Formats: sequence, structure tokens, C-alpha cells
Amino acid sequence: MTLAPETTDLKVELALDGDWFAVCDLSMLLPGRGVAALLPDGRQAAIFRDRSGELFAVDNRDPFTGAAVLSRGLTGTHQGRPFVASPLLKQRFDLASGQCLDDEEVQVATYKVRTA
Amino acid sequence: MSTDTPTIVLVGHGMVGQRFLEALAERGLTATHRVVVLCEEPRPAYDRVQLTSYFSGKTPEDLSMTDLRFIEDHGIELRVGDPAETIDREARRVTARSGLVVDYDVLVLATGSYPFVPPVPNKDAEGCFVYRTIEDLLAIEEYAKKATTGAVVGGGLLGLEAAGALKGLGLTSHIVEFAPRLMPVQVDEGGGAALLRTIEEMGLSVHTGVGTQEIVVGEDGAVTGMKLSDGSELSTDLVVFSAGVRPRDQLARDCGLTVGERGGIAVDEQCRTVNDPHVFAIGECALAADGRVYGLVAPGYEQAETAAATIAADEAAFTGADLSTKLKLLGVDVASFGDAHGTAEDCLDVVYSDSRAGLYKKLVIGRDGTLLGGILVGDAEAYGTLKAFTGSVPPVAPEALVLPAGAGAPAQLGPSALPDDAIICSCHNVSKGTIRGAVTDHQCTTVPEVKKCTKAGTGCGSCVKVLGQLVTAELEASGVEVDKGLCGCFSQTREELYEIVLALRINTYQDLLDRHGREEARGGNGCEICKPAVGSIIASLAPTIGASGYVLDGEQAALQDTNDHFLANLQKNGSYSVVPRIPGGEIAPEKLIVIGEIARDFGLYTKITGGQRIDMFGARVEQLPLIWARLVDAGFESGHAYGKSLRTVKSCVGQTWCRYGVQDSVRMAIDLELRYRGLRSPHKLKSAVSGCQRECAEAQSKDFGVIATANGWNLYVGGNGGATPRHADLLAQDLSDAELVRLIDRFLMFYIRTADRLERTSTWLERIPGGLEHVRDVVVHDSLGICDELEKLMQAHVAHYRDEWAETINDPEKLARFVSFVNAPDTPDPVVAFVPERDQMKPDLPLLSIGMRPAEDVLEGSAQR
Ligand code: SRM
Ligand SMILES: Cc1cc2nc3c(=O)[nH]c(=O)nc-3n(C[C@H](O)[C@H](O)[C@H](O)COP(=O)(O)OP(=O)(O)OC[C@H]3O[C@@H](n4cnc5c(N)ncnc54)[C@H](O)[C@@H]3O)c2cc1C
Ligand code: SF4
Ligand code: FES
Repeated sequence: MTLAPETTDLKVELALDGDWFAVCDLSMLLPGRGVAALLPDGRQAAIFRDRSGELFAVDNRDPFTGAAVLSRGLTGTHQGRPFVASPLLKQRFDLASGQCLDDEEVQVATYKVRTA
Repeated sequence: MSTDTPTIVLVGHGMVGQRFLEALAERGLTATHRVVVLCEEPRPAYDRVQLTSYFSGKTPEDLSMTDLRFIEDHGIELRVGDPAETIDREARRVTARSGLVVDYDVLVLATGSYPFVPPVPNKDAEGCFVYRTIEDLLAIEEYAKKATTGAVVGGGLLGLEAAGALKGLGLTSHIVEFAPRLMPVQVDEGGGAALLRTIEEMGLSVHTGVGTQEIVVGEDGAVTGMKLSDGSELSTDLVVFSAGVRPRDQLARDCGLTVGERGGIAVDEQCRTVNDPHVFAIGECALAADGRVYGLVAPGYEQAETAAATIAADEAAFTGADLSTKLKLLGVDVASFGDAHGTAEDCLDVVYSDSRAGLYKKLVIGRDGTLLGGILVGDAEAYGTLKAFTGSVPPVAPEALVLPAGAGAPAQLGPSALPDDAIICSCHNVSKGTIRGAVTDHQCTTVPEVKKCTKAGTGCGSCVKVLGQLVTAELEASGVEVDKGLCGCFSQTREELYEIVLALRINTYQDLLDRHGREEARGGNGCEICKPAVGSIIASLAPTIGASGYVLDGEQAALQDTNDHFLANLQKNGSYSVVPRIPGGEIAPEKLIVIGEIARDFGLYTKITGGQRIDMFGARVEQLPLIWARLVDAGFESGHAYGKSLRTVKSCVGQTWCRYGVQDSVRMAIDLELRYRGLRSPHKLKSAVSGCQRECAEAQSKDFGVIATANGWNLYVGGNGGATPRHADLLAQDLSDAELVRLIDRFLMFYIRTADRLERTSTWLERIPGGLEHVRDVVVHDSLGICDELEKLMQAHVAHYRDEWAETINDPEKLARFVSFVNAPDTPDPVVAFVPERDQMKPDLPLLSIGMRPAEDVLEGSAQR
């Protein structure tokens, strides 16, 4: 997570095995919504930008249904923690830690994300 | 195989077995012992009590009670599909079917019961079933596909559940009960009569006082009927035996443990077998120290706790339990609790009976006024409270407790009158004090939190209502004002937010949140509850408050639920469905052909929906714009199947073709659909227009339904299909076209203004003070003087309507969002895959850890759940 200044030609990058992997232009991210990115190893990441410009990335796969849809969920803040709610069965996931807020035993992977 | 750590072997992984494991873990015994579980069924423990809910859509995974992580974390060796075959008590050794041999220090038998099948000829014929396991249900479901009639032997609690399930599978259902009344164990004669009436009204045939003498089979050996003891014959394709259960004590018999005369492994108050201190028996297989075999789960749980405590060398005893029950199915309220039959000496009855209304309520009262038990048929509202009062003297007179509300009942007895030690949830033995503690000491503020914290309400569910009342009462008592706010971000209700948005012309969510949100939510990101709700209010009022009428414009795009965001319905594998509008269900052949061509070209699954139009399933997100470009080109527009907005206005063919029709119902349906299309509302809106009283369009099950009369149109409102069906109420009669439209305009706008989020017109009409009369006053007689405004709001909506799909395909910036991956827009999501089925295709979703259903072919072609 980094605070992203509002500049149009900035790239959003994810940390993968120590390297930074460029995903898209920052302008592709609508505050409050996500996008999905395909990673080199075939995994998928869901990347979000909140109202203040902060960026988050978690695994795109919804662990409850198996569908790769978390990028299409609604985001929000719960007790100060940013979250995304799965669009399928509505479980919420903390965007910073990947922890499911509705089932303490479930977690999704998170990625470091920055703009450059 | 002997190790240094002592070994506990559990035989049977049913509901009680699982609870026993949890009790072991809670006491730390799983850390100090090796725990081996022999489980006969092909799946770990599941919720047998809720078994029947499989037929209302629960999957075997939903029913599971076993968290595999729990099993793993506690190092429990769970052997699924491997029953115990022999016990050598001398050597303290169990041998399983797989050949596994385990030496035990403690052996716990939790083998449950088996369904009793009366020894009638051909009882094992093809088409005969029992009702105990998930496998039984899968087999019944499969067989029922070829059957039209089913009969249940046994009219007890389970038999009625089974009969209801058969009816739900579309079979004509019979119940054959040997006793002179239904549910003979729970209800008395009066209750049986009220119950019989209700059950028969539901279309089930009941035969009481007759026994089954023989199952009749056809040449192929499959069931064709049954011979009854009164000489009659009942033809049926399928028989379910539900004539009681017997303890599974064979293992115990074989190794010389004492069993009761009528079965059941004899145990003492610590649940230890009377012969062998190393062997325990719990649950339905045990004959408790009070001489009873309990067929309910709550006493079994208590026995599980007792056995675990005893093994941990703590003090505990099981001395007996309560037999309260409530029927969970069939839409009939039946409950019995405590000493329902009044067996206590000198007890008295208080009975209220109204056989016309199918009501029967009886309370059994002791000489000193103590409530001992009771029976409730037809209305079991008070079950939770009464059950909890059992054993104490209620604070109001007993007759007040059985009289229906309004019929002179002086006081309504709420759960707040209960003493702290009253048991609210008998499945998990949770007292009122514990629930109050959850609210006061553990800061639980919602029913789900209290359920999680105390386990109350997570068994049969019959106490959830009382639980809700208690939580609210407790919150109020502790000075917490019960928050009626929309969510954690807004303390206002949806109705209040609507008024704020309209009055102050607020047209962005952020503005509303920052100015009117809760202090702590201002400046934040909101949440998944208020975003779509506010998005909907803004969309409903868009032209009036100066917001864009296009839901993907600017900030509005971020507020929409995923379906609205992609203007399509998300399916279970991440693909989407596409539903073009077909107003009134009328469609010209050319347009039908276009739909066919598009579906073929994109390989979509097509289905005629229940709303008189066509759904195309399986579109990947990047295909949506291509599909819609072709649809728009052919003159189609969005059907808003994804939105909380107008869905369809169904029509019957009406006067134009039908010999009975008195008005042109198709034209009116099309007019209404085109007028209200795109109107965002608190929940979806459905409508229908029928050409005469025969009502082929089912208008009375719609939010607003119209039926033609010789003089015009009758308008019905507040109808609903779905989970809680409701017949619509007549709002006004013999309206002209213009009057009809004007009334609907007002009605819809009044609903949009005052309803809660996700509240259909049916629930809204039942909730708002004054109900239908009030709504009629407002929209017909203009009692609030707002009709003018309501009509103007609707006119603004109609004038500004634009098709959102046409708008989207012409906007490159919006189209850029319809990609699988932001960095690989042309690569399809590999998770979205399909396999063929019946000449079309269906999603092929790699199931995750929940994939415990048996062989796929068992389920092939069965109803989608
Ligand atoms: C496609 C269809 C079933 C079919 O194959 O026929 C269908 C499919 C869905 N229905 Fe339905 N309903 C369909 C007709 C109905 C009907 C019959 C009717 O409209 O005449 C009903 C009962 C009538 C009623 O609503 O009162 C119906 C009662 C429901 C309910 C329960 C509503 C309630 O008030 O209890 C839901 C759940 C909800 O809305 O919360 C639901 C929800 C759904 C959803 C949206 C569930 C979801 O969120 O994924 C399904 C999505 C379909 C999709 O992806 O395209 N569907 N659904 C029907 C589409 C009709 C159409 O052309 O728009
Ligand atoms: C349709 C239905 C509805 C019900 N509704 C209610 C209700 O509303 N309220 C209520 O209180 N109760 C209800 N019950 C009863 C409740 O389900 C039982 O009381 C409860 O399941 C008993 O738990 P148990 O663990 O003793 O037995 P079970 O849950 O039957 O578990 C016993 C397990 O042991 C296994 N087993 C047997 N022999 C062996 C062996 N040799 N080796 C290994 N495993 C073995 C069996 O296969 C089974 O899986 C209902 C039952 C049914 C069928
Ligand atoms: S409702 Fe009346 S007019 Fe319409 S199809 Fe049925 S019988 Fe004909
Ligand atoms: S009484 Fe069964 S869940 Fe509470």
C-alpha cells in the first residue's frame, strides 16, 4: 500500500517475488471499484483504489465459491478497515490483510501495490 | 497399535458424536489424547435436524456440521466411510471395516438410531425408502423423478416432514398413520383434529387409524401401491417408511454390554455403560439412567458434554431432559412442550380451540399455577416464550396466554418477563441469562453476533424469534437505543435518506455521507449496504435532483451492486446472463430469430424465464458489449433483470384472441412496461395484466397487478411470489386507462419514497402503519396532499428514460470496464468454463473444499440448487 498522488501517467505495480509487475495506468482505477489483473503465473489479482487514493490488491478468487470475481465487489470501510464484499455471497474481506471479516478462518492472499 | 498417549475411540460421527469431539477439544482432551473417529456414512457429521431443508435448496455442504480445520487442528483421526465392526472389550480393541485395529483406553458409542421398518411383505421392494441420511434423500429425489404419487408410512413429526418434502417434489402425497390422529406422541385429540384439517387443506391425503399390511409390487418388482388394514388399497409409486426409530445397539449387544428391553445401551448418569467403565454411550443409541431413549438432539448434546466432562474427571450428570418439539416444515405451526399430555398428578388444562381457523392451544397447569407443558396447533408464535416459562408460575393468567391477540387477551407476555434461568434455546441449552450476558458483557449488538457467541438459535431454529426479542429488549434496557439506521454509515432509515436527498437536492453519495452520515463514517468509503441503497435513491430521483439518469455515470458507477455495474446478472462461475426486454411478453418472429442467432453465435445457454422472456446465460464479461451491440441494433433494450427496478409486466393473450377476454391486456401490459421501465426502486417491481377474471397472467401475485373488467381495470397491489407469497389487495375498481396509470404512478412513487431497502411492496404494505387503508387514503384520496408531487416525479422519470445499454455501447470510456483483465483485455477468465448438458451447456466450476457431494451422476439433471 502506498499513497498514490493523482497523476495520469502513473502505473500501478504489484510486488511479485521481489519484482514490481506493472498492471495498468492509475487512471483505469475508479475510486471505490476494482479491476482484475492476470499475473504471469496464471493467478489473478483484484486491485482497488479507495476514495483517498490509497491502493490495495488481493487475490481475485472468492474462496467461498471458487469464482474469480472479488474485483467486481463493492468496497467500503468497516471499523476503520477497508474491505471488499464478494459480489456472489457477500462475505467481506479486509483489503489490507486479506482476512475475511465474516469468517475468521478464511483469508485471501494480498499483494503489495504501488504507483511508479 | 499401542502408544504412550491414551486413546479415545468414538464410534459414530453424527450430530452427538461431533458435539462430543467439540466438548473434548474445549476441555483440552484432544491435546492429551489420541482421538480416533470411526464414521460410517460417506461424509462427516451434518445437521440431521435440518435434513429436510435439502429439499428447499440447502446443499449437503450447507448441512455439514464439521469444520475440517477443527478436525485437523485438534489432530483428530477421522475415518470417513469406515464403520466399527467388532469390539473386543477384554483387549480394549476396536476393529473397523477397513481392517484398522485400534486399542482404546476409552470407547464412546454414538451410533444413533435406524429407522424402524414394519415387517410387511415387500418392504424392501424398489421404491421403498427410509428418511434418515443425506443418501436417503438423494435416492428419494432421484426416484421421485419417475413417480407421481408418494405415500409416507407414519404420521409423526418426521412422517409429516417427509410427506411435505414429497409434496415439494411434485408428488401427490399420502400419509398413513396407525394411530387415530396425526403426531400422536406430541398432540392430543383436539390438537390432532386441528392439525388434520390444516394438513388436508394443504392438499395432503391423510389416512388415520389404518395400518399398512403389504406393499404391492408390479411385475418389475417396483412398488405400485399398498394394502391397508381396512381392506382398501392405495396406489402409489413410492413409499417412505417413517414409523419411528430404534437405537443402533448391535455392536454393544455383540460385545456383551447390557441393552434395554426395547433396545438402547444402558448407561448411568455419567453416560458410562453399566457394565464397563471404559465404554460410554451417548445420543440416540443410549438408554439413559432415567430409563428413556431420547430421540432428540438436545438431550444428546447434554450427554456428549457429560461424557466429555466425566472423561476429564470433572463432575457432570445427565438425569433427563425435556421433549419439546416444533414442526419445521409444511407451513403448519405445531409445537408441544413439557408435560404436553398432562400426566402429572392433579394437573389442569386450559384449552382454546377454534376448529374453523384450525387453531388449538392447550396448556397444562399444576395445582399451584406452575406451567407444566402444552400443545400449540395452528399458531405457535408463543412457543419460545411458553417453553421457557415451563416449570415456573407465569406472571399472567394462563388463559391470557392462549387467547388469540385481540380476542380479549389482556396482556401479551413478552420474553422480558422470563426469569434469567429460563432456557430459551433447548437445542443448545442456553438460558436467558446467558443471552443477556452476551449483550451486556460481550457487547453483541445483533442476533447473528449473539448466535455466534452463545450458539443459541443454531439448532432447529425455533427459538430465533424469542432470541431477537430478547436482544432488542436487552439493548433497549441497557440504554443502547436500538439503532434503526440503514447501516454503520448512516443513522437514518432509507425513508429518511430519501427525504433528505429530495428536500436538499443532494445528488452525490459522498456529499450525503459527509454531511449526513454518522460522525465516524464521514469522509470514509461507506459500505456495501448504503452504497447501492443511496445509489438507488439517487437514480429514482435523478431528473428531479439534477443527477445523471445513467447509473454508470461518474460516482454512481461505484455505488452500484456488481449486477448493475455490469448491467447483467452475475452467475455462480463469474459469467453473466443477458436478458433483453420483451414488453408484455409479446415478440415478433424476426426478433425471436435475432435472439436465437446471437445465442448461437456466442454459445449461450438459453431459457424461457418465469417472467415471459428469454434469458441467455454464460456470457463472459468482455462479450457483453458485443452481444448488446447486436441486440441494440435489432431494436432490443435492457430488460433490467439485474436492477432493483421494474422487471416484467406479464400479460395474458386477452381480448384480441381469447374467447373470454374483455379488454386488450397485451396492449396495457406493454404500455405499463414501457412507462415504468428503468425505474429504480427499493426492491424489484413486477406486474401483470390479465384480460379477465380467469387471471391467466397471475396479476394477483404481483407488486401491482391489473385485471380487466367489463368496465375497465381493477388494480391490485402488494402481491408477491417468492419465499413468502402474498395475494395482492384490491386498491381500486373499474378504472379507465388514464385513471389506472395515474394511480399506479402515485402508488409506485409513494412506495419508493417510504419503503426500506430491499423491502418488496408486500412487506412494505404489511409494515407501514395503517396498511392498505393508509395507502389508499394517500394515493386514492390524496390525504397527505402529495399526489401532485408523486405524479410529477413519475412524469420526470418517464420523460428522461434512456436505454442504459444503448448508452453504454456508445461510450468508449465505459466499454473499457467490460474486460476480463485490465492488463490482458482479450484473455478470457480461465475460471469461466462450461461443460455440455442436454444439447446446451452449463458452468463447470472447479469446486473448492466444499466438494463433498457424491458421484456427479447421482445429481445429473436434478433441480438446480
Ligand atoms: C431467470 C428467472 C428464473 C427462470 O429461469 O425463469 C429468475 C432468476 C433469478 N431470480 Fe427470480 N427469476 C425469475 C422469475 C421469478 C419469479 C416469477 C415471476 O416473476 O413471475 C419470482 C416470483 C415472483 C415474485 O418475485 O414475487 C421470482 C422470485 C425471486 C426472488 C424472491 C423474491 C421475493 O420477494 O421473495 C428472488 C430473490 C430476491 O429478489 O431477493 C429472485 C432472484 C433471482 C435471481 C436474480 C437470483 C440472483 O441474484 O442471482 C436470479 C437471477 C437470474 C439471472 O441471472 O438472470 N427471484 N423470480 C426468472 C426471470 C424472470 C424475468 O424474465 O425477469
Ligand atoms: C428428518 C429428521 C428430522 C429431525 N428433526 C429433529 C428436530 O426437529 N429436533 C430434534 O431434536 N431432533 C430431530 N431429529 C432427530 C435428531 O436428528 C437426532 O436426535 C440426532 O441426530 C441424534 O444424534 P446421534 O449422533 O445420536 O445420531 P446420528 O446423528 O444418527 O449419528 C449416528 C451416526 O453413527 C453412525 N454409525 C452407526 N453405527 C456405526 C458403526 N458401527 N461405526 C461407525 N459409525 C456408525 C451412523 O451412520 C450415523 O452417522 C430429526 C431427525 C431426522 C431424521
Ligand atoms: S385471463 Fe381471461 S382473457 Fe386472459 S387468457 Fe385467461 S381467460 Fe383469456
Ligand atoms: S431451540 Fe433449537 S435452535 Fe434454539
